Amino acid sequence: MKPGPFRYLAPTTLEEAVRALGEHPDAKVLAGGQSLIPVLSMRLARPTHLVDLAGIAGLGEVEVSDEWVRVGALVTHARLLADEDGYAALPLLRQALRNVAHPAIRNRGTTVGSIAHADAAGEMPSILAITDGVVEAFGPQGRREIPASEFFAGALETTLAHDEVIEAVRFGRFPGGTTTAFLESARRKGDYAMAGVAVALTVDESGQITSARASFVSVTDVPGVLDLTGALAGRIPTDVDWSVIDDAVQDHIEPEADIHVSAEYRAHLAGELARRAFAQAAATHPGGNS
Amino acid sequence: MTTRQFGQPVQRREDPRLLTGGGRYLDDLGHTAYEAAFVRSPHAHARIVDIDTDDAIDVDGVIAIYTHEDLPGIIGEPLPLLIPHPALTQARTGYALAKDEVNHVGEAVVMVVATNRYVAEDAVERIRVSYERLPAVVGIEAARDGSQTVHDEYDDNVSAHLLQEVGDVEAALAAAPHTLTLDLEIERSACQPLEGKGVLAQWNSDDESLRIYSSTQTSTGVRAAVAAKLGLPLAKVECIAPDVGGGFGVKIMHPWPEEVLVPWAARNLDHDVKWTEDRREHFISSSHERGQLQQVTVGFDDEGRLLALDVKFWHDNGAYTPYGIIVPIITATQLLGPYKPGTYRVEFWSLFTNTVLVTPYRGAGRPQGCFAMERTMDAIARYLEIDRAEVRARNFILPEEMPYDHGLMFQDGRPLKYDSGDFPASLAKLKELVGWDDFADYRAAAEAEGRKVGLGIGCYVEGTGVGPYEGGHIHVETDGRVNVATGLTTQGQGHQTALAQIVADELGVPFENVHVTTGDTRRMAYAVGTFASRAAVMSGNAVALAARVVKAKALRIAADALEVSPDDLEIENGVISVKGAPGNSIDIGTVAVMSNPLRYAFDEAAKKATQFAGTFDPDKPPVGDDEEPGLEGQDFYSPTQATFANGMHAAIVETDPQTAEITILRYCVIHDCGNMINPLIVEGQIHGGVAQGVGGALYERMVYDDSGQLLNASFMDFLMPYASEVPHVEADHLETPSPLNPLGIKGAGEAGTIPVSAVIASAIEDAEGFPITAMPISPSELWTLRRAHA
Repeated sequence: MKPGPFRYLAPTTLEEAVRALGEHPDAKVLAGGQSLIPVLSMRLARPTHLVDLAGIAGLGEVEVSDEWVRVGALVTHARLLADEDGYAALPLLRQALRNVAHPAIRNRGTTVGSIAHADAAGEMPSILAITDGVVEAFGPQGRREIPASEFFAGALETTLAHDEVIEAVRFGRFPGGTTTAFLESARRKGDYAMAGVAVALTVDESGQITSARASFVSVTDVPGVLDLTGALAGRIPTDVDWSVIDDAVQDHIEPEADIHVSAEYRAHLAGELARRAFAQAAATHPGGNS
Repeated sequence: MTTRQFGQPVQRREDPRLLTGGGRYLDDLGHTAYEAAFVRSPHAHARIVDIDTDDAIDVDGVIAIYTHEDLPGIIGEPLPLLIPHPALTQARTGYALAKDEVNHVGEAVVMVVATNRYVAEDAVERIRVSYERLPAVVGIEAARDGSQTVHDEYDDNVSAHLLQEVGDVEAALAAAPHTLTLDLEIERSACQPLEGKGVLAQWNSDDESLRIYSSTQTSTGVRAAVAAKLGLPLAKVECIAPDVGGGFGVKIMHPWPEEVLVPWAARNLDHDVKWTEDRREHFISSSHERGQLQQVTVGFDDEGRLLALDVKFWHDNGAYTPYGIIVPIITATQLLGPYKPGTYRVEFWSLFTNTVLVTPYRGAGRPQGCFAMERTMDAIARYLEIDRAEVRARNFILPEEMPYDHGLMFQDGRPLKYDSGDFPASLAKLKELVGWDDFADYRAAAEAEGRKVGLGIGCYVEGTGVGPYEGGHIHVETDGRVNVATGLTTQGQGHQTALAQIVADELGVPFENVHVTTGDTRRMAYAVGTFASRAAVMSGNAVALAARVVKAKALRIAADALEVSPDDLEIENGVISVKGAPGNSIDIGTVAVMSNPLRYAFDEAAKKATQFAGTFDPDKPPVGDDEEPGLEGQDFYSPTQATFANGMHAAIVETDPQTAEITILRYCVIHDCGNMINPLIVEGQIHGGVAQGVGGALYERMVYDDSGQLLNASFMDFLMPYASEVPHVEADHLETPSPLNPLGIKGAGEAGTIPVSAVIASAIEDAEGFPITAMPISPSELWTLRRAHA
């Protein structure tokens, strides 16, 4: 379990990084390395070059605006988890990040890296989806923005070009009157989830639902958003019997079996977690129980 | 009066060093050594057609590439069958490098030696082995069916078939008022120590000697095996176990192919060679265990008393049988636990499969046996509607029936005869600890909150401290430092603390002055190894006996010096004094000086021992007729049979009504290992054992597909429990001393692991109301069972 030979490049600017990627079609970008390094060690990937972003200035910031929480490419999960402004602006970030692996991995792994990796079992891609987030890509032609809905192309696949790097991602903030919840169930704490769900529930001043959305972990190929607003608009959250969403959830997800769980159980679990997450989000509304 | 160390919860003296990175594990050694890597079979069963190494030999830094053809003489012959048995009629062992055929994924085929491991792996990638694939036998059912065989020379896959019977089971079953039959299953798992295996070999061509460092549970075993394979005199081979990061059984198996090949290559190349196993290698080429199908038929009376127990089981021994049939023998004998079976018949078939070999893993066949017995006890209780603890109590062997001979032969070839234990007292303590009699209220309260809980129980007896022997050597230096050596090895058990406690007491010296060395054949060449919960029993008693030898010598010398009888002397805190006259004394370091008359003075202490130094009797030789120089001595402990520890566990488990997730709310242990040397260490053993048991009950399995590929050969998919999955363990002790050894101790190393699958199955069954017959169990499986029983 030792990597094969590769060249290590340490650019100090995004331009240099992008140039290196352009020159080397089999290069890989290295940030926290929590997915890439094990893959290299097991020789499941043989990149000729690693382009390490660690020496590029300006990628380590968390910035909060009225509309966004912007997270730089080198911000670790641990850094974002601890960010009070980010939490105040978008509590769902912390609700989800608590479930990302273990402290040791969160200390090195980057949130942007996990989004670039686009593993459907990762938590943060689904958070980017449900927040209508945006990926800020930097390439030879400069900057471009890719909405989450256009970013994830398939399991471990994105629409990022080979010679582009993600400079930052922006998670969208929810309107006032929104509560969120994130639930997942893993075989062991910190493992990839058997199933997970993020929900956001928005009510108007009269307490009636104006938006209800969910995105899932480990039960879809690509993190998309399930919009349940049509079925729930106008209802009072604490009055809803959340089993009304069951059919829509089951239609949305495409669970598969693995060595730990059957597809049927995974579907059942995703449905149950979705009900519980909405109930939790409902209960945390001002009109709710807690 | 010095505080007696034995029985005190002394903090482990090795921990500060190990916890601050001071440990020296195998891979920390030999920085200038060449490193080895292996081409391992990608197929479960195949003939080797061709091996092409041409592309690899040119890789810069490659030193040598070896295949079976390169192995001369005995090195190319099959590895030893360590533990033969008359019932093992179709034994097979592998080769150090595969010859003509591979029988499991991961079997070593080609060895590459290079300047470092990276280069060695680069070369491994370039070696092309052509295989002709053969049908793979995977799983017990396929092995039992036998339409495909693992080994051509045999007509079926049965390596061993053994039947033992006590009493007339057929007649007892026919006469029994009630009978039940249970079909049960236990999955594979594995030891998975955090440090895998590893070997460093240093060949000294000047004096043609070999030093081996191995991450092993038996340095004497590895030394002897390598000397035999390399044709070296034993005197020219030494083997040292450095700090070892866990063993749990996999490292008592020896010699592993690499333990033969690395020393051989070091001699060949006249250069240090090292191999450090990586995790994937460990998964696919180091032993697994568990893995049985069982069928139990039980006859019992209206009170739930056993009249007949008829057990058949099929044991997956993997591709080879180098460790014999120890695991199924232990299952067959230890299945009985604390109970009298009435009559007992046990029959097993040990089966070859095209998977990694199976050798003992902490518990070593007992978890399977305990599962069969305890599932049976629960089934009887359920059938007769009697309390589960009560059914067990009615079948207990009672204290007044000790020693109790089951009439069976145990794994050491000696009678299965329990020496001690008070099972009713243990059960009473357990019921009190877990709140057995109040559980109905506990359940009602949980149900009122919409929660589902269950209570489970499991009892076991564990034969510990098997022979043949261990030794202790003690040497007192002139400054009072006491060096203790025992030959068995340490993988984190705390021997440096526990054995020092024993010697400090026996010799009457400060604990701080006692220094313990284990697993170094330079210091103690006669030893067996660390396995079967035997280290404390065997080496504990051996060092106690050795300390008594040294103490007697010290008193003899001191008595001469003080001109009193040895009977009038006592040793305390390293000072020998006349009883009742503490001023009349001599310290043990001075006695060490006097014990070794010298011609040359090289320090202040030595000066006192030289020929012109002081008073001596000119009519006596400097070293007396029956004496030897030096304050040192050794002794060995060799028991007539194993000593039997026991324990009882209970757990409260919650199962989520919707998601079927399983949570252990409480885990209670009553443990009896006789006199405890150090309760802190005993409890640590229990905690670790329970953790591994929880792994076996709820998380760990070896997922082989039909072609024999192991699909979860990494810690990402092999679910060893994290701290977050292991419950808080509430432990209490009963100390019924063993009458078999001087210290009255019984082993504790495996205890925590044995009953956990039985206990958790019992609790889940209690929560769910339908039988649990296969472990481990996952939420997905429990949910599927619920639907089947709905």
